[in-house]
Amino acid sequence: MEHIRTPKVEQVRLLDRFSNKSTNGTLYLTATHLIFVESSSNNSASAGQEIWILHHHIASVEKLSLTTTGCPLVIQCRNFRVVHFVVQRERDCHDIYSSLLRLLRPVSYEELYAFSYNPKQNDQQREEGWQLIDLGAEFERMGVPCDQWQLTDVNRDFKVCETYPRDLYVPITASKPIIVGSSKFRSKGRFPVLTYFYQEKKAAVCRCSQPLSGFSARCLEDESMLQAISKANHNSRFVYVMDTRPKLNALANRAAGKGYENEDNYSNIRFQFVGIENIHVMRASLQKLLEVIGTRSLSMSDYLVGLESSGWLRHIKAVVDAAIFLTKAVTVEGASVLVHCSDGWDRTAQVCSLGSLLMDPYYRTIKGFMVLIEKDWISFGHKFADRCDQLDGDPKEVSPIFTQFLECVWQLTEQFPQAFEFSEWFLLQIHEHVHSCQYGNFLGNNQRQREELQLRERTHSLWAFLMSEKQNYLNPFYSPAYAEAHPVLAPSTLPYNFKFWRNMYHQFDRSMHPRQSILKTILTLRENSRKAESSLQALESRLQQLGVTPVTTSDPPAPPPTRDQLSNSNTLPPRPDSLILGAPINHKEVQRQEEDGDEQEELGEEAMESTDTERTVEGSSGTESRKQSYGELEGTYNSELAKEEPAVVSLEFGVARMTC
Amino acid sequence: MITARGRFTYKRKVMEFAELIKTPRVDGVVLHRPFMPTVEGTLCLTGHHLILSSRQDNTEELWLLHSNIDSIEKRFVGSLGTIIVKCKDLRVIQLDIPGMEECLNIASSIEALSTLDSVSLMYPFFYRPMFEVIEDGWNSFRPEDAFKDLESMTDEWRLSEVNKDFSVCPSYPPLVAVPKDVDDDTLRKVATFRHGGRFPVLSYYHKKNGMVMMRAGQPLTGTNGRRCKEDEKLINATLRPGKRGYIIDTRTINVAQQAKARGGGFESEANYPQWRRIHKAIERSNVLQESLIKLVEACNDQSHSMDRWLSKLEASSWQTHVKEILTTACLAAQCIDREGASVLVHGTEGTDSTLQVTSLAQIILDPACRTIRGFQGLVEREWLQAGHPFQQRCAQSAYSNSKPRQEAPVFLLFLDCVWQILRQFPCSFEFSESFLVLLFEHAYASQFGTFLGSSTAERTKLSLPEKTVSLWSWVNRPQELERLTNPLYEANSLVIWPSVAPQSLLLWEGVFLRWNRSSKCLDEAYEEMVHIIEYNKELQNKVNSLRRQLAQLETEDPLLQMT
Repeated sequence: MEHIRTPKVEQVRLLDRFSNKSTNGTLYLTATHLIFVESSSNNSASAGQEIWILHHHIASVEKLSLTTTGCPLVIQCRNFRVVHFVVQRERDCHDIYSSLLRLLRPVSYEELYAFSYNPKQNDQQREEGWQLIDLGAEFERMGVPCDQWQLTDVNRDFKVCETYPRDLYVPITASKPIIVGSSKFRSKGRFPVLTYFYQEKKAAVCRCSQPLSGFSARCLEDESMLQAISKANHNSRFVYVMDTRPKLNALANRAAGKGYENEDNYSNIRFQFVGIENIHVMRASLQKLLEVIGTRSLSMSDYLVGLESSGWLRHIKAVVDAAIFLTKAVTVEGASVLVHCSDGWDRTAQVCSLGSLLMDPYYRTIKGFMVLIEKDWISFGHKFADRCDQLDGDPKEVSPIFTQFLECVWQLTEQFPQAFEFSEWFLLQIHEHVHSCQYGNFLGNNQRQREELQLRERTHSLWAFLMSEKQNYLNPFYSPAYAEAHPVLAPSTLPYNFKFWRNMYHQFDRSMHPRQSILKTILTLRENSRKAESSLQALESRLQQLGVTPVTTSDPPAPPPTRDQLSNSNTLPPRPDSLILGAPINHKEVQRQEEDGDEQEELGEEAMESTDTERTVEGSSGTESRKQSYGELEGTYNSELAKEEPAVVSLEFGVARMTC
Repeated sequence: MITARGRFTYKRKVMEFAELIKTPRVDGVVLHRPFMPTVEGTLCLTGHHLILSSRQDNTEELWLLHSNIDSIEKRFVGSLGTIIVKCKDLRVIQLDIPGMEECLNIASSIEALSTLDSVSLMYPFFYRPMFEVIEDGWNSFRPEDAFKDLESMTDEWRLSEVNKDFSVCPSYPPLVAVPKDVDDDTLRKVATFRHGGRFPVLSYYHKKNGMVMMRAGQPLTGTNGRRCKEDEKLINATLRPGKRGYIIDTRTINVAQQAKARGGGFESEANYPQWRRIHKAIERSNVLQESLIKLVEACNDQSHSMDRWLSKLEASSWQTHVKEILTTACLAAQCIDREGASVLVHGTEGTDSTLQVTSLAQIILDPACRTIRGFQGLVEREWLQAGHPFQQRCAQSAYSNSKPRQEAPVFLLFLDCVWQILRQFPCSFEFSESFLVLLFEHAYASQFGTFLGSSTAERTKLSLPEKTVSLWSWVNRPQELERLTNPLYEANSLVIWPSVAPQSLLLWEGVFLRWNRSSKCLDEAYEEMVHIIEYNKELQNKVNSLRRQLAQLETEDPLLQMT
């Protein structure tokens, strides 16, 4: 609290990012959040709109030069929220600005929200939450250990590689000297280990960092290590080595004594570059993208040119292409694959996890997806603390690598709407919490650091929280039968299959979203069906109690037929292109939309029936747009004229209201 | 099979076709279609169709209207010929034909049959419906019926017969709605002052506030600034006392200025002081045709570079046109609904961009236009009867090799814009995307006469209502309606304001990528959605009927309530 100079500033204006709309309210600064509360006098219908911004979510605060109306303060968040306040008095603005500057740059882990966040659970509940994901069990599920792969205790004390977890799986024939020797020949000691085992073909996906080969160095133990991986798979005479970097980058690394495997030195390998760019390129790319889409009155041409020149979708496609290469090698050729980049914790994590997701339907379930992230990202040491800028660190280490992974998954959900148990909302929520520092899971850079921080004892697990809210994240179109029929996904990577993920990068810019969401509607219908099923039962038993036979047959209607029953109907009904529309809502938002309904009533429109279906119909006017002068009409039609919805809708999933 | 379809009534015409068909039948032809198994079978050419059927089970495999063929390409490898058929609905199929002579014959026949000049040789004149016509679509949307609806809301308008012999305005229908106080003589004078005789007529009446939208051709002010008092009187008659109106000119101010040199122009502030003029930038037809060709080429480019795709998409400008048209329509709707002002829309002729704007504005403002029947009515009123030259605009599509004359995807752009709104309000339309795709297909090639001709005058001259079947006759049958219905629909009486931000507008995959990707996964998911909706409906019905039963028991025997 000592950093907070002004806990409350009144008469603050919140400007909409893409229009000329604004709302008045009060700004509160707490130890964990910046809160904007709309003053109730504005408009009775939208009274009390609140925006809660977690300090950890704030990426930058900018104080613009003083204007006649006050002092502007622009806050950019890591969850892509951008808010623009105008504070009346310059001194207040400065106080908030300097308080935030300090608050958003914590210097020690202890300052992070996770260490003070308390969702009213006892120690036992918390402990159970942490036990939800068990990687030992996950390897068992894959069929490891087995006759060719074993658990090694070589890294029990993080001695061989401090950024790897304690438990690692290696080929049976890889002895300790081989492992240790190999680790010395690999950047940061990250020697080849198993990350996924494709049981059907006994093919392994292994990961590591680049070899310290320089221009000519070789290491017999490392060569034996790869030989051991190759031998562990009887289906293939060779093992693929995928260097996920562009060749040029790998070549440049040779000058620094690093590099890539020389095919002459390693027997039975097939070496392949796949050309995913490095963290700096990705960071610049996202920055460019956000700049483009943040432009007001953006023209279609500038949008498409900007989308292209940002390179963002090109990078997304490169990651998916690499994952497809991996998947084909493993599932079609039955070959084992060793994946690496430079340090083996960014591109390698992307490709290994996305590849596993393509070949194993389990990872497309809610629980499985958690396991996947836990395994390939958290335990294998993706540097979340550095990449997500959890502490005041080196800005050059920050990069949206994990965001890219989530986006790749989203692109796949668009192509395969029935293959995933979770909806887009699940991905958005994970993204939210990777940056929130509210749960312990993503804190720190590796397992060793997490143990030192005693996260399991001092913080809560996100997975337990998400699991408790599972209902919110279900994809209503998910079909386990589909997963069974299509264990391996083969997405198309023709460029037009990659779309701009509006619901991620504009998740708080509601004016850009579809006004009605199919996902939301269908989820509500599902919920209604569940309720109807139980009332049907209750009614039937009541009638039977009275000795009356129900008028309808006592069988409930046949549930939707499964895929197999449908497979012979070859005339398919027409369909929209994408079924996943709209962004997540919380209860507050539902309430808001109902209020909007009232507002419409006020205008003398035919009143909306406020049914419990919560189907929100948005459309007609807000009062302020009616006050527009003729002068403003001269300009182009803007979306500000097109909506009555508040500019910003709180989307915190109840996260924000927990403390302070 | 062929005889069943081709009961030709005019022997002379049969002879004409027979001359064009050099080889009516070839065996052993292999058909390749994207994402479908290849079929080997017999290729037959009839006067209007290209038919391929496999001999095994004699089921229909492919029936393609010659008029749907945009262009063909021939290739030879030895004696095996290949014909690539590119269709107006953007599909591309390949036929492998054994024998060079056969292939050449087939190719030249297709070329001749797909480019017949005479409208009266078109298939709709030969087509006999194989279904029962419940309601004759030619009579479903008559101006007098639409006017009856208007009369129930206001008495400020009348139905004028001034154009009953099409002499005042050849592209208008015989009956048009005009302000009550303006007589036919005035209309005749105004017609001489407006491009193509298209004097301002009522397009839409906004029930909520009584404001109206009118459309017209450009005023013929010329370089001398000609004025027409009757024209001023006519449009001023639609204003409420003390109120101002908006004139939306779909052209930029520069284009409108240039039009003066050719006798056209725009309404000057001096002569129309009660009107505020707004210029927008909707492109003209040849630019749009160019744009369509580029877009389709980009979509068919199977190279794997993201940058290339995005830059081609941008270079086509298609999405820019979509945004511009939608924006202008929103502006018109905003003037009417938000500003409470009447609007006059025109471009140059008043038959293209004008209609895009007036029809889309109605989709936004009027819930009735979002129903299946209402949308048909909209297409009738604002496109067919309003004189959009379908015959010229839809003569060729994106693959045509011949020099474009009057072709332009004006109507397709309108459908694309509707689709954009449908995507943003997926529960507010009674029809689904497939209805829009269907209209696109039939506008370019059809067995129905609806989209033949370019105006009511032409349609009357061709006796289309007597000699051909209306598309609406086919659509308005229960089984078709069911196919076109949006399962998510729930009537929404509100004005729906779409977002026109570039991030909110998407490429219409259902048309432009339709033949370039397998839609199996999406189709199956859609099916699942339909089942969820139906299952819920069924459950709710059962619950309600049991509730009623229980309630009845309780009224019959109040004691039951105690237990």
